[in-house]
Amino acid sequence: MIRLTDKPFDPGPELSAFCRGRSKTGAVASFVGIARGEAKAPWALEVEAYPGFTEAQIATIIDGAIRRFSLDDVLIIHRTGPIAAGEVIVLVLTASAHRRAAFEACDFLMDYLKSRAPFWKKEFGPDGDRWVEPTSEDFADIQRWD
Amino acid sequence: MARVLLFGRLADVAGWRERVFEPAPESLSALRFLVGGESAELAAALAGPGVQAAVDQALVRGDPHLAGVAEVAFLPPMSGG
Repeated sequence: MIRLTDKPFDPGPELSAFCRGRSKTGAVASFVGIARGEAKAPWALEVEAYPGFTEAQIATIIDGAIRRFSLDDVLIIHRTGPIAAGEVIVLVLTASAHRRAAFEACDFLMDYLKSRAPFWKKEFGPDGDRWVEPTSEDFADIQRWD
Repeated sequence: MARVLLFGRLADVAGWRERVFEPAPESLSALRFLVGGESAELAAALAGPGVQAAVDQALVRGDPHLAGVAEVAFLPPMSGG
């Protein structure tokens, strides 16, 4: 499941809710991405999505991850709009019978989000703003899974 | 009629995020040419590396016809997380 939100959110209750009521699942892995930036600036980042398209593209990748890693469940929550330094940008939760699949799926989904998910991210720094594009490291990361 | 959406730096370069083109050009390449006709900077940005297009919210390759299409989006390189 993918959820976009333009409001700050607390990953703790999301993790608790995700773990609740499972009997088949033996492992839940989580990744929390936090906006870095100068505390003085009002916003560290601004994230733009393409409503409908962004969710559909990520849902397809989640389906692929569920098949590839034999997952029980996935939850991704991703912020949109202006984000202050220290706020959570993204939460990825993966549930599987054993830990290895949960860890690997979390890693895979983050690599995908960094370079292939339909988001556009503007960084605000002391020298003005700039659109962030995937780095060569991001491309190398996603190629590990091809 | 086609609604054209620009995202990320493409929208910043153009100065708009959504615009209706009436009548819609016949093909994606013709639409890209029309949109890029606004400025050399926008034309260069649309032709830049990694820029993709989505037609009615589906990623496309090549130069599809746009007959009956409602929405075309130009998508610069994506980066989330």
